[in-house]
This record gives sequence, structure tokens and C-alpha cells, in this order.
Amino acid sequence: MKKRKYGVALSMVLAAGTVLAACGSDEADTGTDEGSTGGEGAEETSEFKVAMVTDTGGVDDKSFNQSAWEGLQQFGADNGLEEGTDGYTYFQSNNDADYVTNMNTAVRNDFNLVFGIGFLLNQAITDVASQNPDTNFALVDDVSEGDNVASITFKEHEGSFLVGVAAAMATESDQIGFVGGVESDLINKFAAGFQAGVEAVNPDAEVQIEFAGDFNDAAGGQQIAASMYGSGIDVIYHAAGGTGNGVFTEAKNLKQQDPDRQVWVIGVDRDQWEEGQVGDDNVTLTSMVKRVDVAVQDISTRAMEGDFPGGEVIEYGIQEEGIAIAESQDNLSQEMLDEIANYQQQIVDGEIEVPSTLE
Amino acid sequence: MDYVIEMLDIRKEFPGIVANDNITLQLKKGEIHALLGENGAGKSTLMNVLFGLYQPEKGEIKVRGEKVNITSPNVANELGIGMVHQHFMLVDTFTVTENIVLGLEPKKGLNIDMKKAESEVQEISDRYGLKVDPNAKIADISVGMQQRVEILKTLYRGAEILIFDEPTAVLTPQEIKELIQIFRTLIAEGKSIILITHKLKEIIEVCDRVTVIRKGVGIDTLDVEGTTPTQLASLMVGRDVTFKTDKTEASPTHNVLEISQLNVKDSRGVNAVKNLDLSVRAGEIVGIAGVDGNGQSELIEAITGLRKVSSGVIKLNDQNLSSYKTRKITEAGVGHIPQDRHKHGLVLDFPIGDNMVLQTYYHKPYSKYSMLNNKEINKQAKKLIKEFDVRTPSETTPARALSGGNQQKAIIGREVDRDPDLLIAAQPTRGLDVGAIEFIHKRLIEQRDNGKAVLLVSFELEEIINVSDRIAVIYDGNIIEIVDPKTTTEQELGLLMAGSKNKAGETENV
Amino acid sequence: MFNQFSRWQKIMIPVISVVLGLLVGAIVMLVSGYNPIEGYAALLSGSLGEGFYIGETIRQITPYIFAGLAVAFAFRTGLFNIGVEGQLLVGWVASVWVGLAFDLPKIIHLPMAILAGALAGALWAFVPGLLKAKLRVHEVIVTIMMNYIALHLCNYLVRYVISDGQNTTDRVPESASLKSPFFETLTEFSTMHYGIFLALAAAIIYFVVLEKTTTGFELRSVGFNQHASEYAGMNVNRNIILSMVISGAFAGLGGAMEGLGTFGYGFIHGAFSGVGFDGIAVALLGGNVALGVILAAALFGILKQGALIMPLESGVPTELVEIVIAIIIFFVASSYIIAYLLQRLKKGAK
Repeated sequence: MKKRKYGVALSMVLAAGTVLAACGSDEADTGTDEGSTGGEGAEETSEFKVAMVTDTGGVDDKSFNQSAWEGLQQFGADNGLEEGTDGYTYFQSNNDADYVTNMNTAVRNDFNLVFGIGFLLNQAITDVASQNPDTNFALVDDVSEGDNVASITFKEHEGSFLVGVAAAMATESDQIGFVGGVESDLINKFAAGFQAGVEAVNPDAEVQIEFAGDFNDAAGGQQIAASMYGSGIDVIYHAAGGTGNGVFTEAKNLKQQDPDRQVWVIGVDRDQWEEGQVGDDNVTLTSMVKRVDVAVQDISTRAMEGDFPGGEVIEYGIQEEGIAIAESQDNLSQEMLDEIANYQQQIVDGEIEVPSTLE
Repeated sequence: MDYVIEMLDIRKEFPGIVANDNITLQLKKGEIHALLGENGAGKSTLMNVLFGLYQPEKGEIKVRGEKVNITSPNVANELGIGMVHQHFMLVDTFTVTENIVLGLEPKKGLNIDMKKAESEVQEISDRYGLKVDPNAKIADISVGMQQRVEILKTLYRGAEILIFDEPTAVLTPQEIKELIQIFRTLIAEGKSIILITHKLKEIIEVCDRVTVIRKGVGIDTLDVEGTTPTQLASLMVGRDVTFKTDKTEASPTHNVLEISQLNVKDSRGVNAVKNLDLSVRAGEIVGIAGVDGNGQSELIEAITGLRKVSSGVIKLNDQNLSSYKTRKITEAGVGHIPQDRHKHGLVLDFPIGDNMVLQTYYHKPYSKYSMLNNKEINKQAKKLIKEFDVRTPSETTPARALSGGNQQKAIIGREVDRDPDLLIAAQPTRGLDVGAIEFIHKRLIEQRDNGKAVLLVSFELEEIINVSDRIAVIYDGNIIEIVDPKTTTEQELGLLMAGSKNKAGETENV
Repeated sequence: MFNQFSRWQKIMIPVISVVLGLLVGAIVMLVSGYNPIEGYAALLSGSLGEGFYIGETIRQITPYIFAGLAVAFAFRTGLFNIGVEGQLLVGWVASVWVGLAFDLPKIIHLPMAILAGALAGALWAFVPGLLKAKLRVHEVIVTIMMNYIALHLCNYLVRYVISDGQNTTDRVPESASLKSPFFETLTEFSTMHYGIFLALAAAIIYFVVLEKTTTGFELRSVGFNQHASEYAGMNVNRNIILSMVISGAFAGLGGAMEGLGTFGYGFIHGAFSGVGFDGIAVALLGGNVALGVILAAALFGILKQGALIMPLESGVPTELVEIVIAIIIFFVASSYIIAYLLQRLKKGAK
């Protein structure tokens, strides 16, 4: 068993390298979040097993797969579960055809709860859930029918609104960019909230929206970023998974060539501060953090306690602490932070209704 | 002993065959030593053993009296053995100098010292009279000069013993003369030469001694002085060979091929055949004589449908072929032994049997309802292999594995067996040994005697004069003269081929 | 590409490549601190150990056979079809489209949907074939570009034409489905479907067309030597196009297997499925012959399927399995080295 843990750690080091520091801060943070529920399940641990199936991005995608895995690891640690077949684990999908196989494999290994990370797994989870009524499933980022499936969605538009506020205050050219992965209702939520946030603070600023057509095409992302920065845009918000890494690359290149130039990237899903580090500078303005880890821990805990919300759609927003602005705030002025806090309160209070679709 | 190289009782086996069976070859310092044998006799194998490409199963090699073990071409180079291959090993886009120094570049720090390399190349070139421009790109220079670059390459590496593999096969008569001059200079400078060839005239002209091998066995080593081509030929083939082709008087009848006002463009779009008129009658062989590049290839390609006709008429038995596709022309009764048998004549990776039905595979009995009938194909192949004496282990052997002569026999068998009214033979004997040449000439004459029309294109004047009943001289895309082979001479043809129209006056002066 | 080798060598080279690949893979596992025996045991049990896994492996093999045949067919006729991925995608979407658009009895509907996949793939390959034949544009460049066009066009079709702005299409009705409740029950709810029979039939067709018909004779001849084929009166351009079209049809069928069988629907692809690219390796490993392609596809299917379970059972990360596959391909590609060693060995034995 020791060896196995070592192996996963090694692969994480190899593949994810730079993220480790971020993981650390996340874990510390979630520890306090879950403090109230953490200690309880000690006795059920041997009974309860939980697994997740990644989408093709893989568990080290520096995005929601990784965030979900961090949540699951934290859940495991809090409840004394072992990593592996007897506690918690992840199944990596290398191909779309692997979703069903991985789901089934998880069921066959008697996991009580199986997470499907990402809307790509919707069909697979729906199929497998109907074949296996005794297992609980949870789908992240999309809605699936079925009494034994919990659908986890996020109010990304709310978080996007907040980073939109930051973008609108940071821009000097009044030109702002948005890079989406593949056009879909989900990604449109990001774009819509972002646009609304920008408009709320700075109605003159323009938001240019582009889709890369791919969540895993860093080169494509870099190209779009290059043309955006070239056309005068100075802040780009990406909601494009691995493709977004290309946006960071381009921004860092520009910053390196000309440290005085203003280029900002707004990260997504996780705190992407590390990705923006270039020398002593950092191009990450802020990040719209989607706490998939919080959701995963929350659902896991409820399932373990026999309170699994099967057939329900659970929305995590700012209020539920499922959506937030990143912890790394060095690039945000106090003025910006105040403004963001102000809007955040308005959203929580329901004074602002953030749109979730592009008109 | 003043032998620089001694190969004693060399035996080299390949799966299923013994390529060299106890062959001995001894090279004296300062001599040109010919290695003579038919295609597939084992000459190249023996030389590859000497050059370190093959390891012999038995026998020993001595260089300057010392027993050596040549395990790779690098070892051969170190021993002062250099080889000029038949197919040049040059990088087209590099300059002469770059090719020569490749792998041994003189360095100046980390950079190649091109200045030094150039002057070295120039120096060697001058010393041996090679006349090579060190700065020219390989792609831009003639075949003859490329060969001299290959020679330079071996000399640059300090070769004392030079092996030439069929060096004259690719050269024009003028270039052959220059090469022979280079041989003499090399000998005068103290080098020794082994010349692999099956051209008897060359041996008589330049060599001191000759070693003859036949079917992998060393036959004899003798002084060239005092031998005759006939004697060498019999040693090589193992029986008496006649150089004069026996044939009766032709009795031509009606026109089979009638070409009038034909114009054909070459690949660059320039007119290569210009208003050409030519006819070939049943029962005669018409030879086309001319220097390479005067429109022969384009003419043949036009007749066989491989190249578009710009204007003019090609009639076969009163049927106009000029707009037909190749297949229709083939079916109309044209057989074609192509100039380049590897490029056009054969699919080298196909079994020899499949090659035998390359134009007829879609006919009964070779196929039925679009399905191939391998039994019939192999039956046909076996028949042709026997009839045309194609030496192959079986009809399923890839064509690539056969020697050049046997490949050519297979092509001729295939074309003749289709019983075409017109048989076009383009350079049918190029690169073949005397035995195969004799066989092919006989077959061409046999076709003629069967009442077929034969069109022969060759750069070998001897062949043209020996085989043809009429000779059409082509120059600059036009037939400028028809001459009678019985009364013409090589000199007369040579002048006509050079474009001299004033035939009568000039020939008298020669 | 193995023409210079004997029959014995043609068989031994891929086998030795696989063995060497597995050996080096074992060494990599050892060096990384895993137990290779445990790893390979997990790989085997995760691909063939239980009915469920066998079903999944067979399902995985199915598109590999088609992709391998597609690449191999083009290879044999002297063309390099890198566009199998794109042809597979259009075949996928076309078959699903026909599956959804019509309401017919199964005996007509299913063949029609499958045929639509083949036709779409063929059409997609026809373009590079035509460009190669008429304008001598290199097929590698065109097919690579066509892959991207296929990816984004298919995504567009799925989102805006076949579905109503959704990420996935509806499920094809039973009348157009290759899904097999019988196999699913037999293999404990795997996604195994009837496609494997079509794949095996395709391999037989591949063999017959290429080796036994006059068309195959022409295609092979053109593949080996265009000049000699032209000399023999064959229409080289027609054969180039035909070759691409048939190759594309195989690829399109592979897509139809995914669309009508494995998934039963079409969806937005964030990236290439990779099956088409793996097809190149399958063809290479299989020596471009029908039986070889089946065996190579089986190997790939087993490796890919077993890779999924390896992390859970033995802790070996899937990346390592990818490395092993890459090493095998490397050894096949450097077959000259193996051929050389074989010759040495033979000599030594004497």
C-alpha cells in the first residue's frame, strides 16, 4: 500500500509539478471548512467507499478534475479512508469511450458513491446509473435524471461576475477578452456573468468572446491570446481548461519581453496564481474559483451520513461557498477588493440577479 | 610478391546459393585488373567482400602481404581501398566539395573549414586531371562529372586501390574516353585499379590482366595482351558466342506503323518531336539511331500513349492511335519493351508471375468476374519462364530478386507472347551481358520473321547496325535520314546523329 | 514496407517488437518503483480477466480494426492516410444522423445507417484522393487538415443540426442500433456490441479485395510502381482516388461502430478520439495484412483496456501503459534493427 501512495505522489509530481504549493493551501483551507463534519464518520469508514471518474482532461488538469480529486483526498483524510480499492480512488479516462467502462469498473469494485467529473460524462452516468440502482452517482457540471444520481452545478455566472468587476477596474484600454473552451450552455454561463460584471462597473469596456473549440489545445489558446493581446486587449478571462494554459503562456511571454506592459489573465476553476508566475511578476489578476472540492466533500459527507440527495440538482453559488474569488489577491488593489466585496454582498442578498445566459 | 591485394579462396554464401565459390583474385601494384563475368556471376559480391560490406565464409584477404580482416567499409578505407559504385552515393543539394569531405570535414574550431576543403579538393582534382569544379552543386553537373566526384571522394580518403563497379554503364562515348584517360593518370600516380565490367572492348583497351568468373566460380586469370573478345566471351559465358547476328534478308510487306507530322512536347513543355514522319512495315526491323535526348523517348511514349500527342497522326494498321489511352493502344496490338525496365517494365515487388500478366490480368483466363485466377496466372508464368529461359527459383519470386538479364527476358517474354503487330524495343540490351544480348537479338529477329513490325531504339550503334533492316537517324526531334545498315558505317551514322545533313561530302573526308 | 524481409522475418519482427516493448516496459516499471509482474497481471485481468472486461476489450478492438484496415489499405496502395481520424468522425456523425432522421424497420434502417457512415468516410477521403490525383497535392497534408475540418464540422452538426444546441444528440432508436442486449448480459453490462462481426467481415473483405480481385491487383501495382502501372495501361489517378475512397469507407465504418454501437449517439468532441491515429500504429504493427491488423488491434485493445484498471489494481499509472505502447511502436518502426539481429542470430546458429 505504501508503494501505491508513493506512486500516485510520484505521478503527481511528474505531471503537475508546480501545483503542489497550491494544493497545500487548498487542503489547509478545506480542512477548516469541513471541520464541523469531518470527525464524525470514523466508524462508517470501512463501509463507505467513494470513487471519481475523470473526463479526458485527466486528474492533473490543473482544473476541476484536479480540484475534485483534491476534495476527495481531503474527504478521505478527514474520514480516515485509505486510498485504493478499499477507500477512495479515481479512474482516469483517456478516451470518451472509457467513461462507461470506468463507471462500471467502479461499480464492480463496490464503490458506494461514484462521481462523474464534467458534463462529458452525462450520458455514461445516466446509463450506468439506470443499470445499477444500488449505487449512488453524482455528476459535476451537468444535470442527469435518475433517482440515484445527484447533479452538482455551480453558479459560475456569479463568480464570473465578480472577476468581471476586477477586469473592468484593471483594464486601461477598455478592451477585455474572454476565451472559452467549447461553446456550450455551461461556458456561456461564464461569459454571461463576466460580461455583466464588466458592464456593471465600466459600461464603456468591450468584451470580446472567443471559443477555442477544444478544452485541451494549449497551442490554440496561445494563438487566440496572442491575437487578443495584439489587438489591444489587456485582460483575458479564460474558461477553457487546458486550452487556458496557452493563454497564460502567451501572457507570460509578453510580460517577460516587456515587464512594463500590462497583461492580465484571470484564471478559472482553481486559484491559478502559480500558472501566472513569471520571474518576480505575476500575470494572474485573480481567479474565479469553483470549489468542486467543496462540492465533492459535501456530497460525499451527505452520502456517507445516509443523506444522499439522489435525483436532486444542487447548485453551489457564492452563498454555498462553492464559488469564490481566489485567495491569492496580491494583484488586486484594495479599491478592487472593496468593490468586489460590495458586489458579492449584493449578489448574496439577491439585490443583483446575475444572468446565466448570453442574450 | 608485389601484389597489393590478394583474395584467396573466397567463399560467400547466401541462403540457398553460393555467390562466390573459392575465388582467387590477385591485384598487382600499378595494374588495371578487370573482373569479368555475366550478370549475377558474383562480381559485385566479391567486391563487396573486399570493401567490407560482406564477410566471407571462407578464405583470406591480404593487403600488401598482410592478412587483414575487413569488417566494414571504414576498415577498407583505412587500408586504402576505395570503391566507386555504379549508383553514385552523392547528396544532390550539396556542392562537390561538401560531398567529398562529408564525414571527414576539416574543422576550424567548431566550424567546417570550407576554404581549406575547397583547396584540397582542387589540388587533388588538378593532380589527377579530373577537371571538377569544387563549388558546383551535384544536381547541376553531368553524370560523368558526378562519377569523377566519386573518384575524388575515394582519393580524398587516401585510396591506393580503387574499385570501379561498371563505371561506363552510365557514360556517353566521350565521357568513356575521358574516364580511360583518368585511369591512365591514376596508374601513373601509382594507384591500382580493379574494374568490374562485362564490356569486352573496354577490357581489351585498358586492362592489363583479367580475372573471369562464371556462376560464382573463378575460371581463369590471364594477361589481356593476346586475347580476343571472342575468347573472353566464351570464357565468361562458358560456350562459343557469335557477335554477328545471323539473320536472313527481310521481306517486308504492308505498313504496320505509319507516323505523320507528329509533334510531342517533353516534360518541360518544349517540342521534343517535331513534324516527324516514320513508317515501319510488317516483317522488318527499323532501328532508330540518335544521341540521347533527341526525342527518342518522347516518340516512344507518344506511340504507346504514355505521353500526349500535340498534333499529328500515329496509325497502326490504319487505326489512328494518337488520342488513345495506353490500354487501348496495348490492346490494338502494340508491344513495348521499355527503356527503363525497373521504372516502367516491372513492378519489382510483385512476383515475377504477376509481372507476366501486367497488361492482361483483367482478361480471361487470368480473371473471371473481376476475381484473379492465380492458377492460370502461374501457369502462364511457368510457360513463359520456360520458353524464354528466365532463371528464377519460381514464378512467385519477386521480380526484384532476379538479375537484370532475367528481368529483361521476362519482359520480352511477356511482350512477345501477347503477339503484338508492332513491337517497340527501347534499349533492350542495356546493361546486359553478351549471352543475354545474343538471346534478345535472336528474339527480335524471330518476331520480324513472323511478319511483325519491330521498332528498335538504341544508343549502341553496333546493335543498330547488326539488328536493323533500315536505320532511321533521329536528330532534334526529326528523322533526318533513312540509311541501309548494309552499306552504312559507324562514322556515317555518327555524323548524321550529330546533325550533319551534308552526308555525302562529309563521309568521303573521313 | 517489409518486402525486403522473408516471410519468417515478417512474422517475427512484430512479435519480437511486442516482446521487447513489454520487457522495456517492465524495466521502466521497476525503475519507477512498481512491480512489473503485478502491473502486467493487472493489465491482463483488467482486459481479459472477467466477462465484463472481455466485452469492453472487444468493444475497444472493433474501431481499432477498422482504423487499422483503413490505414493499411492506403499504405498498400502507396498512400499515407493520416485522415482516418477525421473520416471516422464524419462516419460517426453521418450514421447517427441517419439513425435519428428515419423511422424504418431494423432490417433496412441499420444497414442504411452503417452505409451512411461508410459513405461519409469515403467522401471525406475522396477529397484528398482527388487533390492527389489531379493536382499532386500531398495526401498527408490534406488529410491532416481534413481532420480538423471534420472535428469542428461534426461538432457544429451535433450541436446545431442534429440536436438542438445540445452537447449530445439523442440516442439512435433500436432500429438503427448495433447494441446487443445479448452480449451485454453475457458480459455483465459491458458495452460490447455487434460491431466486432462487422469488423471481422471487413478484414475478410479487405483481404479479398486487395489480394484476389483485379481491382486489388491494380491498386497494389499502383502502390508499388506508378510508372509501371501506367505503362501497363492502368489508370493511376483513378486508382489513387479509389484507394483513398475505400480507405475512407473503412474509417467511416469504424465511426459508425462508435456511433451506433459503443455510444449510440453523437457528441461534441473536445479533441480527437485518437482511434484514427492509433490506426496508423495498428497497421504498422500488423504489417498491413488483414490478419496482422486484427491481431495488432487486439493487442492495442487489450493494452488500452487493461491500462484503465492498472492504476487501481497495481498502482501503475496509465501513463506508463502509454509508454509501453509507444515503446512497442518504436521497436516495430525500427524493424531494421530487429531484422539485423535476426540475421546475426541465424548466422550464429550455423
